[in-house]
Amino acid sequence: MATKLKSVDAVLVGFGWTAAIIGQELTEAGLQVVALERGPFRDTVPDFSPTQIQDELRYAVRKATFEEPDRETLTFRNDASQTALPMRQLGSFLPGVGVGGAGVHWNGQNWRFMPTDFKMRSHCEQRYGKKFLPDDMTIQDWPLTYDDLEPYYDKWEYLCGISGKAGNLNGTIQDGGNPFEGARKREFPLPPLKRCASTAKFDEAAKSLGLHPFPCPAGNASLPYTNPLGVKMGQCTYCGYCEWFGCANYSKASPQTTILPVLLRKDNFSYKTNATVTRINLDSTGKKATGVTYVDAQGREFEQPADLVVLCAYSLHNVHLLLTSKIGKPYDPVSGEGVVGKNYAYQMSAYVDVFFDEIVNPFMGAGALGQVVDDFNGDNFDHGPHGFIGGGYICMWQTGGRPILQHYLPTGTPKWGGGFKKALKENYLRASSMQIHGGVMSFRQNHLDLDPTYRDIFGNPLLRLTFDFQKNDLDMEKFVTERAVEIAKAVKGNRGYNVRPREGHYGIVEYQTTHNTGGAIIGDSPSNSVINKYCQSWDVPNLFVMGASAYPQNPGYNPTGTVGALTYWAADAIRSRYLKNPGALA
Amino acid sequence: MPTFSRRSFLIASATASATACSRIPNTLPPEYPEQTRNDAPLFLDASERRFIDAACARIIPKDELGPGALEAGVPDFIDRQLAGPFGQAGTWYMQGPWSKGSEEQGYQLKFTPAQLYRHAIHNIDDYCNTQFKKTFASLSPDEQDRVLTGLEKGEIELPDVPSKTFFKMLLQNVTEGFFADPMYGGNRDFIGWKLIGFPGPRYNYVAEIEQYGKPYPLPPVSLKLGRAKA
Repeated sequence: MATKLKSVDAVLVGFGWTAAIIGQELTEAGLQVVALERGPFRDTVPDFSPTQIQDELRYAVRKATFEEPDRETLTFRNDASQTALPMRQLGSFLPGVGVGGAGVHWNGQNWRFMPTDFKMRSHCEQRYGKKFLPDDMTIQDWPLTYDDLEPYYDKWEYLCGISGKAGNLNGTIQDGGNPFEGARKREFPLPPLKRCASTAKFDEAAKSLGLHPFPCPAGNASLPYTNPLGVKMGQCTYCGYCEWFGCANYSKASPQTTILPVLLRKDNFSYKTNATVTRINLDSTGKKATGVTYVDAQGREFEQPADLVVLCAYSLHNVHLLLTSKIGKPYDPVSGEGVVGKNYAYQMSAYVDVFFDEIVNPFMGAGALGQVVDDFNGDNFDHGPHGFIGGGYICMWQTGGRPILQHYLPTGTPKWGGGFKKALKENYLRASSMQIHGGVMSFRQNHLDLDPTYRDIFGNPLLRLTFDFQKNDLDMEKFVTERAVEIAKAVKGNRGYNVRPREGHYGIVEYQTTHNTGGAIIGDSPSNSVINKYCQSWDVPNLFVMGASAYPQNPGYNPTGTVGALTYWAADAIRSRYLKNPGALA
Repeated sequence: MPTFSRRSFLIASATASATACSRIPNTLPPEYPEQTRNDAPLFLDASERRFIDAACARIIPKDELGPGALEAGVPDFIDRQLAGPFGQAGTWYMQGPWSKGSEEQGYQLKFTPAQLYRHAIHNIDDYCNTQFKKTFASLSPDEQDRVLTGLEKGEIELPDVPSKTFFKMLLQNVTEGFFADPMYGGNRDFIGWKLIGFPGPRYNYVAEIEQYGKPYPLPPVSLKLGRAKA
């Protein structure tokens, strides 16, 4: 029997980015809030200290801070004709575990989606005609616009101290920024990061081709910064240990470096670690959540009653909890009916490695230190002749030169022996890699549901992922990769380049991105979505669902910036409207 | 609700820590100690160790560019890794039912990495005994290379484990041992890092990152074992 705890005003499932924001906003509104985190507590000191964290083997290779598949994982198959099998070890994506969630180990590559990304279906149908989109493509417009979200993007970026250069200030295009971005009301809070040798060479090459390079907006502080909550961040040291690591220097935006120093001191906020939520509990009508059930480290079950339940887990886990709690109609890819698990999408990631004459010191880097072109992203070019929609950015990154996983060798290099050793010596200091970071559209057959066979450590069915890359996205990625090759050829002082294309079936083995989206999508009707425009469950109005599970499809950008903005947008609706009159928000 | 004084205390302490952290790289750690070989076997038995020593010597050989994986202590690294959580599949999902699956579905063997190594090494030595009347470790370097190539391409079929899966894991683990922080037993005397020019977790490159084309001057440093001799 579960031990029933004292009721709270709001319970948050998970304690990463979205829970930190919601926790801060709801406690400001005077609510008593508790967050339940399945992993441990972590903070800059001592967990990310410079004598601990800069350890490629422990954190990047052995994946010390991520989800442990022996406790929770999912099963995977490319299509319904296969039997899904467990993801027995992590590979393609790395869900975070512990306080701060994946906000601890992200790179800080921080994007706004473009205005057309929010109305992808209607925009593409209008420009190219309805027949241009494949029949099985299930993309849909968001129920809100870029303009709706702009103030919340701004709030997020100032929370995080994003380093960048505006490309569009109130409709006026700015030199040195991204001319394709939606209009922003004011500059970034911090100037761009310093430019390293490889990104400088990329910038020159892209300009020579008439493209529009700009620095990636970075959640790595280019200068000391104090955010609106009064929390201070330190200047990035370009140590090269962002992705998959916590930051030792208070430079990378994370819940720990932006919100927790304020939130954790509040009397009306508390959290529990090693507390895995296994159910959202409903009353007898099935239309009201009464709280959640969680299991602690000892395996004891607790019921935490709450007036308001906010799902703040990783996108995949939000969907899993909805399915195991039987909230909303599960999606059926055959009939196309149902919504929970619909429109799962991912990201395309191809690479063009560039080999230089001179050294570029790849180990001096930062997670979002990159020079980008957006000329081939979204609908920034005419797709008419190409037969696909969507796009991606091309970025020369210098995130670090951690030698186990970040050494780039020319095509044809032996994988072992004297030739391998010689190539390592000749190329390590003289190579960098461009990423072609492309979107993934939603398709009828790509979806999430519960596995009929395999179970997690709590005895619950694992989530089952059915996903493969589709022709539209493979064609898109090939096209943008060809553009990246043109840039590689234009780089001065290059000894050659090496294309690592993204083609064929999706595989769960090789790391690609932790940009899993959809499954609990946002929409304008209960028939096409799980949550309304305020991230509120259509079925259970005192349940809100945060995070990238809301995305109807995945544009060509990293998801975190929009996760942050959408969370602030939802928090504002909860504070200004829901709390005054709890019920469905129209 | 928080009081103003609590909040300002907290912010002040965060600032102080950030300042303290950024000073660390200016203080050089002690010199790297003379290392002795770690002879205490943790997982591999003597014959298995001979196989790993020999394989490491071919995968990253000692040559005119300098010492290789054997000299860098990679076999010690592998032994320790196989005895620890990695070798024991500490965080892997190891529940059945078991099925071969597709390449896209990834590793679906019942074996932990340690079990995979043990089966593979015994199978390979059996193969070498049949083909050459010698164990792998006693073959000539050319013969060893032919066997490794056969495993890499899957042309040598082993009775208990898929040869390509084992070879891929071995290659990955040798690369790890050559390039991981020396505190893990490999990359001894920074042999791996010195070969390529990686200075280790130096932490702060604010002054150097815009000096394009200029070599970084300081020797490699370990998280726990100090710095290399310049």
